[in-house]
Amino acid sequence: MDDFALTNQSIDVVAWRRRLDHPQAGGLAIFEGVVRNHHQGRAVRHLDYQGYAPLAVRTGSEILATARGRWPLLVALGCHRIGHLDIGEAAVWIGVASAHRAEAFAACAWIMDEVKARVPVWKRETYADGSVAWAQGSVVRLDPPG
Amino acid sequence: MAALDIVFAMPVPGSSGVIQLTVLYFAHLRDQRGLDSEIVSTTAADAQSLYRELAARHGLSLPEKSLIVAINEVMVRWDAPVHAGDTVVFLPPVSGG
Repeated sequence: MDDFALTNQSIDVVAWRRRLDHPQAGGLAIFEGVVRNHHQGRAVRHLDYQGYAPLAVRTGSEILATARGRWPLLVALGCHRIGHLDIGEAAVWIGVASAHRAEAFAACAWIMDEVKARVPVWKRETYADGSVAWAQGSVVRLDPPG
Repeated sequence: MAALDIVFAMPVPGSSGVIQLTVLYFAHLRDQRGLDSEIVSTTAADAQSLYRELAARHGLSLPEKSLIVAINEVMVRWDAPVHAGDTVVFLPPVSGG
């Protein structure tokens, strides 16, 4: 399995968690982004994500590799969901394992920030009144900081 | 017109000025174009000319400064050349997470 995946199925958080197991690990930091029922004061009914799969996997894998170079990580993994998501479903999952917690927290947060900034995935919100809008999003930087 | 015969008999890719490539659309641009992907015949030599041509042809509204270009699954600059057979994607602002 790839270290970073794009899936149109429910993210199997138990299976991803199992892949963090490492005998030298003293801490695991996991971030699970879930679909909330509101955005900027508007009631959200559900989300639909699109993704450019080959570039999303490549970009996500590059982010994980950069994180492994910046922190002494034992394992670093990520997965982003695409397709139709209802309230409460996991949209993104990031997990890292390291010997100590400080680097696990720091790397997990950094990876998530980079995923939001660079991985080609787009979120469309459907509101309670039935109207839809693409989330504002971030313009991708061509040359991210190493 | 022997010279013309040679041109038609041995076309060099791009020499006629028209190439065919694949464009994929996502998010806002997919909505505006009404397609996930298409084969485009173009005389554009680089990504920027291609986007301007498509934007004019199909009323794509996103400004270039809000997009980044990927050619064959690699993010590139706007002045990157396009070639026959390339897959070109204009990526709107991303909103994962």
